[in-house]
Amino acid sequence: MRGRDTPGPRPWPGRERRSPVASLAAAACAALTLGGCAGAGGSGSDQLVVAIVANPQMQDAIALQDHFTEEFPGVDVEFVQLPENEARAKITASVSTGGGEFDVVMISNYETAQWAEYGWIENLQPHIDATEGYRGEDFMPAIRDSLSYEGDMYSVPFYGESSFLAYREDLFEEAGLEMPENPTWEEVAEFAAELDDPDNGVSGICLRGLPGWGEVMAPLNTVVNTFGGRWYDEEWRARLDDPEFRSAVEFYVDLVREHGQPGAANSGYGDCLSRYSQGNAAMWYDATAMVSSLEDPESSAVVGKSGYVAAPVERTDNSGWLYTWTLAVPATSEHKDQAWDFVSWMTHPDYVSLVAEEFGWERVPPGSRASTFEADGYQEVAGAYAEPMRQAIESADPNEPTVDPVPYSGIGFVGIPEFQDMGTRVSQQISAAIAGQTSVEEALEQSERYARAVGDTYQGEDRR
Amino acid sequence: MTATHDRPAERVPRPPRAAERPARRPLRPRGLSGTALTVLTWAVALVFVSPALWMVLTAFKREADAYTDPPRLLFTPTLERFATVFDAGILPHVGNSLIATLCSAALVVLLGVPAAYALSIAPVDRTRDVLFFFISTKMLPVVAVIVPLYVAAGRLNVLDNIWTLVLLYTAMNLPIAVWMLRSFFLEVPTAVIEAARVEGASLPRVLRSVMLPMMAPGIAATVLICMIFSWNEFFFAVNLTASQAATVPVFMVGFITSESLYWAQLSAAATVVSLPIVVVGWLAQRQLVRGLSMGAVK
Repeated sequence: MRGRDTPGPRPWPGRERRSPVASLAAAACAALTLGGCAGAGGSGSDQLVVAIVANPQMQDAIALQDHFTEEFPGVDVEFVQLPENEARAKITASVSTGGGEFDVVMISNYETAQWAEYGWIENLQPHIDATEGYRGEDFMPAIRDSLSYEGDMYSVPFYGESSFLAYREDLFEEAGLEMPENPTWEEVAEFAAELDDPDNGVSGICLRGLPGWGEVMAPLNTVVNTFGGRWYDEEWRARLDDPEFRSAVEFYVDLVREHGQPGAANSGYGDCLSRYSQGNAAMWYDATAMVSSLEDPESSAVVGKSGYVAAPVERTDNSGWLYTWTLAVPATSEHKDQAWDFVSWMTHPDYVSLVAEEFGWERVPPGSRASTFEADGYQEVAGAYAEPMRQAIESADPNEPTVDPVPYSGIGFVGIPEFQDMGTRVSQQISAAIAGQTSVEEALEQSERYARAVGDTYQGEDRR
Repeated sequence: MTATHDRPAERVPRPPRAAERPARRPLRPRGLSGTALTVLTWAVALVFVSPALWMVLTAFKREADAYTDPPRLLFTPTLERFATVFDAGILPHVGNSLIATLCSAALVVLLGVPAAYALSIAPVDRTRDVLFFFISTKMLPVVAVIVPLYVAAGRLNVLDNIWTLVLLYTAMNLPIAVWMLRSFFLEVPTAVIEAARVEGASLPRVLRSVMLPMMAPGIAATVLICMIFSWNEFFFAVNLTASQAATVPVFMVGFITSESLYWAQLSAAATVVSLPIVVVGWLAQRQLVRGLSMGAVK
C-alpha cells in the first residue's frame, strides 16, 4: 500500500509505452547527428566576420550586403550585431586577448588611439592612400584627427556625431519664448522651468540620468567642461571636488530633478528618445544622431516640430562632444585585405549614394564626410539640422575640451583605458544623486576617491 | 483477504459534478472558500503571466505604438516586426540553441542518473561530501570564471564552437540535475527494488525496467529545467560565440539598439524565441507537475 503513495506510472509498463526520457534521448541523438553534419559543412575560404553595434545605420549596411558581394565576389560576410555595451565588452575582450574571432570590428574614437598604441589594430593609412576614389581627405578634420595615431588613421568613420539641443518650436512659440542660436545653460534652465508642464505629461527638458560612462556621463561631461570643471589637472591630480566641477554637477542634477523627466535616474538615450519623440519633453540635449529617429514619421509624433541649436555653453565657446562609430581591422585577422575591402565599401562616398538611392537621404550615415553635408539631396531633407550638426562636429576639439588645461583628450569621456570602469562608478554616484538617494556633495566625495586612485597611477609619467 | 481489495479508506468522496472530469484529477474544495481560492489562483497566475502577455501584445505593435504613455491596448496589429525577425536570419541560431539545449540535456541525463543512483539508492563513501562538492561548483559567480574560460577556449581554438557551449551547459546543469534526481530516487520505495532483485533482475534491468518508469516524471522535470536554463543562457553564449555558434539569446539582443526605438521588434523576437520552450513545457506539463510535486521542489 505504501508504494502507491508515490504518484507515477505503474512499475512494470508494457513495451508499447515510450517514456519521455526515450523521446528526449531520440531527439538529442537527432540533434547530435544534425550538429555533426553542420560541423562538417565548413565555410568558404574567404569568410569575414564583422562585429558591429546594433544601431539603425548598421542594420541598413547589413541589408545592403548583397551589393558588397556583387562588387567583391568570393568574400562572404557574417555579421555579429550586439547592443552597444555588449558589443564593446565583447570586441574589447576579443581584440585585447587576440581571440581572433573577428576580421572587422566596430569601435569608436575612444578606443582607436589607445588600441593603435598597443598594436591591437592595423594601420589603415596605406590602404586609404592606395584605394582609388576613397578620398580620405574628405573625412571631417576633427574626426580624422581623433582616429589618428602618429599621423596615420587606424580606424575609419562610419558616421560621426556631436551633441546639440533639440527643442519643440511649437511649444516655444505658444509660450512666447525664443531659443537663441547659441544658448547658455542658464537660459536653457529658465526655458525648462517655463515649459515644464507635468499635468499635461510634458517635462521641461529630458537629460540622461542612467548609470554608465556612455550614458549619463557623456552629456554631463560636456556640462562639466563648459562650467570650467575638469577630471584632472596637468599633474594628474583628481579635481572632482573643485567648485567648478561641483557647480556643474549640481546644476545638472537640479535641472533634471526639478524640470526633467520623471524617473530620470533610469533614463538613458533610448528613454529620452521615446519621450521626446512622443511629445513628452519640450527640450532634449543629446547626440546629433537623434534626428534620424525624431524626423522619421514611422517612429516619431513630432516630425517637423523641432528646432536644433548648438550645445548650450557657460564659460567655453562651444561644448558639444565628438563621437564616431568606426571600423577597424584587428591585428589577428587572417583576411586583412578582404577586411579592408569591406571596411572601404562601408565607409566609401559611394556607399552614401547607395543608401540614399535604396532608403532615402534621411538614412545616410551622417557626420563623417564633408561631401555628405554638401550633397544636394542631404541638404534638402536635413535643412533643419545639417548645419548645426556640421558646426558642432567642426568646432569640437577633443584635445582642449576644458577651460583649464588637462592631460587627457576626449570631450564626453576621458581618453584613458581606466575610464570605462571609473566613469561607470562615478556615473552610479551621479545617478544616485539624481534619484535623491545621496547628495551631490557625497556623490562627488566618493567619485573623487575613485578618480584619485586612477590618477595616482599616472602621476610622474607623461601618458597623454 | 477481502480487506486487501478494498479501496483506501482515506479516499475523498467524489464531488457531485465531477463526472465529466478524469477520475484521478485532484478534487476542488467546495463553497465560498473554494471560489475565493480559484479567484486568487487566477489573479496570481495573471500577475505572473502578464509580462509575457504584454510582450506578445507589443510584438504586434508598430514601434511608435509600443512607446505610448499611457500604454495603448487598442492599436492596429501588424506582423511587420515578425517579418524583421525572420529576415534577420533567426533559423541558424535556433539550430544552435537546439543543439546546445538537447545535447547538454541528454548528457546531463546520461551522467546525472547513474550519479544520483550512486548517491541515493546505493550510497557511496562520503556521499555528503560529494553532494556538497557538486553544489559548491554553483557557488562561484560565472563572471569570475569567464576570463580563464575565454582564454582557454581561445588557446584550444574552440571559440565560436557550439560544442563548447554543449560542454559548458552540461557542466552548468549537472550539479542541479544530480541533486534533483537524487531526491526523486529517494522517493522510490526500496521494497519495489528489493522485490525486483528477488525476482532475479540484474542492476541494469532494475534501473531500466523498475526505476526509470517510476522516475520518468522526475527525469522529465529535471530535463525540462535543464533545457530552460540552457535555452535562456546568455552570458557564456555572448562571450564565447561569434557568428557560427551564436544561440538565440545572442541573436535576440541584436534587436536592442541605443539609437532608435526597439521594444516592438525585441518583443517579436522574444515571442518567437520563447515558443519552443513553451511548446516543450506544454507537452510535458503532466510529467512536470508530477515531477515537481514528488521530489526536490516539493
